[in-house]
Amino acid sequence: MTGGPLIEIEGLRVIFQGDDGRTTHAVDSVDLSVANGATLGLVGESGCGKSVTSLAIMGLLPKQSATVTGAIRFDGFDLLDVPDDTLRDLRGNRLAMIFQEPMTSLNPSFTIGDQITETILRHRGGSRRKARERAIELLRRVHIPSPDKRIDEYPHKLSGGMRQRVMIAMALACDPQLLIADEPTTALDVTLQAQILDLMRELKAASGAAIILITHDLGVVAEVCDEVAVMYAGEIVERAPVDELFGNPQHPYTVGLLGSIPRLDRRTSHLATIEGMVPNMMNPPAGCRFAARCPFVEDVCVKAPPPLALLSANHASRCIRAPLERLVS
Amino acid sequence: MTALLEVEGLVKHFVAERSVFGWATAHVKAVDGVSFTVEAGRTLALVGESGCGKSTVSRLVLRLIEPDAGSVRFEGRDLGALDAEALRAFRRDAQIIFQDPYASLNPRMTVSQILTEPLALHDLVPPARRRERVEELLRLVGLEPRFARRYPHEFSGGQRQRIAIARALAVEPKLIICDEPVSALDVSIRSQILNLLRDLQERLKLAYIFVSHDLAVVKHIADRVAVMNLGTIVETADAEALFAAPRHPYSRALLSAIPVPKPRAKRSRIVLEGELPSALNPPAGCRFHTRCPYAIARCRSEDPQLLADATGHATACHRTAELPPPDSIVPSDGGFSPALEKLLAAFGSVAEGARGAGVDTVRPMPGAGA
Repeated sequence: MTGGPLIEIEGLRVIFQGDDGRTTHAVDSVDLSVANGATLGLVGESGCGKSVTSLAIMGLLPKQSATVTGAIRFDGFDLLDVPDDTLRDLRGNRLAMIFQEPMTSLNPSFTIGDQITETILRHRGGSRRKARERAIELLRRVHIPSPDKRIDEYPHKLSGGMRQRVMIAMALACDPQLLIADEPTTALDVTLQAQILDLMRELKAASGAAIILITHDLGVVAEVCDEVAVMYAGEIVERAPVDELFGNPQHPYTVGLLGSIPRLDRRTSHLATIEGMVPNMMNPPAGCRFAARCPFVEDVCVKAPPPLALLSANHASRCIRAPLERLVS
Repeated sequence: MTALLEVEGLVKHFVAERSVFGWATAHVKAVDGVSFTVEAGRTLALVGESGCGKSTVSRLVLRLIEPDAGSVRFEGRDLGALDAEALRAFRRDAQIIFQDPYASLNPRMTVSQILTEPLALHDLVPPARRRERVEELLRLVGLEPRFARRYPHEFSGGQRQRIAIARALAVEPKLIICDEPVSALDVSIRSQILNLLRDLQERLKLAYIFVSHDLAVVKHIADRVAVMNLGTIVETADAEALFAAPRHPYSRALLSAIPVPKPRAKRSRIVLEGELPSALNPPAGCRFHTRCPYAIARCRSEDPQLLADATGHATACHRTAELPPPDSIVPSDGGFSPALEKLLAAFGSVAEGARGAGVDTVRPMPGAGA
């Protein structure tokens, strides 16, 4: 990993303006960086801000209602501060995204070939014939059988797994340097999920692209990520290399998450539960946002927001009581 | 002993296409000869991928749809032979909880109305005592009685699922069919609902048919498991036996495909190639042979029977005896570090203290979720 990170996010903050004048703090001072060839997992539950973070990177948040501040540095550009033209040149080209719903993110009135070649022609130019050849090649790369026939089919003819592979082929059309995958396997059955995850690993090895994988599934994270950032209520609460996060979690929320998932490799009569609810982001609590649900909460926790502090060279936790092992010894 | 529910040779084909003259030209063989039993107070899990017929089975069991062949016996009585009144009585004994808590509660009814309706329909509780019973039901599922006056939109997904559970419990059923009850919920909420279902089973001696595609969840909750593929059961066994040593190649592939939250877990992966064949036109012979890594000529022509051994572990595969041992398909113990176990125990104790005492608080505004 030489030459610094490929993408660096600093102090990213997204505030949504509601119609009624109220504001929701969807993402709050998020710092992230991903090196070339690395896979970062962005983990959290619904509403924690993980998808909003990815949409902010892609510049896809609605300008009227979302206020985005901070910096997203990608290869010399600040993505929050470039003209729309530049962003359009980057998107689909060097930045690509795979969405969760393969059923709704393909256009039903164009063949999959049209949709893939559109990207290639827009960014690479060249002849239609060349673009079509490239599209067939891409479909082959994502293991779609008889790609030269499939390319002329409409999305409704394909199964969910196939559509998701078409989405991946489309994202890879211009060999992106950064691929953002937002819950790429959530809508799929487990056997298809395994195929898609294998495919993503394969592609990473072949192209050296960096991947930001957004998911709520810790199993998927353990299988494909190098580093993990756990988000809760708009903030990153813990960041660590994957082994470290699963072996030695240092934020109570991460601990609770790990204990609350039923796992094939563990026997328990009762799962851990994180009681209570996510705080209302229209009016986030003053102190630690997890305090109301945390079994280790103390008076200090609710007074001031805890910083994301480094515990070791690459392990950071937003818990002032970390390291946690001293709480139970 | 007689089981609570006995299902025998259940078949349901849906018409997929009709000719211009109106007769059926194609059928989806959604359920094609399924048999199983459920003991009182126990949990049977039906697992399989989308389209395997598990939801259709659950609807057939409740006679929400009529089977083309086969029988469902509840406490020894054949459901197919019940008249309208007897069927209504049966509906008291068997209830269902659906996957989507956003769609399964009427948005125009308050929680109190939702929970009173079954009480009134079956005339279980005199009108004067119904309010009391509603409050009791809410407490039973870990909600505060004061929520009774609110509408479903004021609740989060997990709370709505609790309301759906309370509605099912209102008529004091013996059997509840849980059709993917947690797959629409967030992980931390999922564990709350799973724990609740287990507690209720212990307290009220309920039997569950738990329909799910998530084998990790099934391992946690089931006593017995039936694995379905394209309308048939390919393997059925006690949960412990199945997860320790899955026999059918399809069960093995399913288990091996589940990501385990443990980086670098040592296990063998069986990645199935190819697509799930269509139930419209299932392959001849064993329905799994197109994706099976062990398929031989016999599998392509002869349909394997579901054969049980002495322990009740049944498999529908010609090659059961010849398959390699199922080593490391299910990874061995996850082994949390002692420190992590202790930290988790802290979460447990909070749960103990809060259980039944109004666990959740309603968030003030709906729709904060993404």
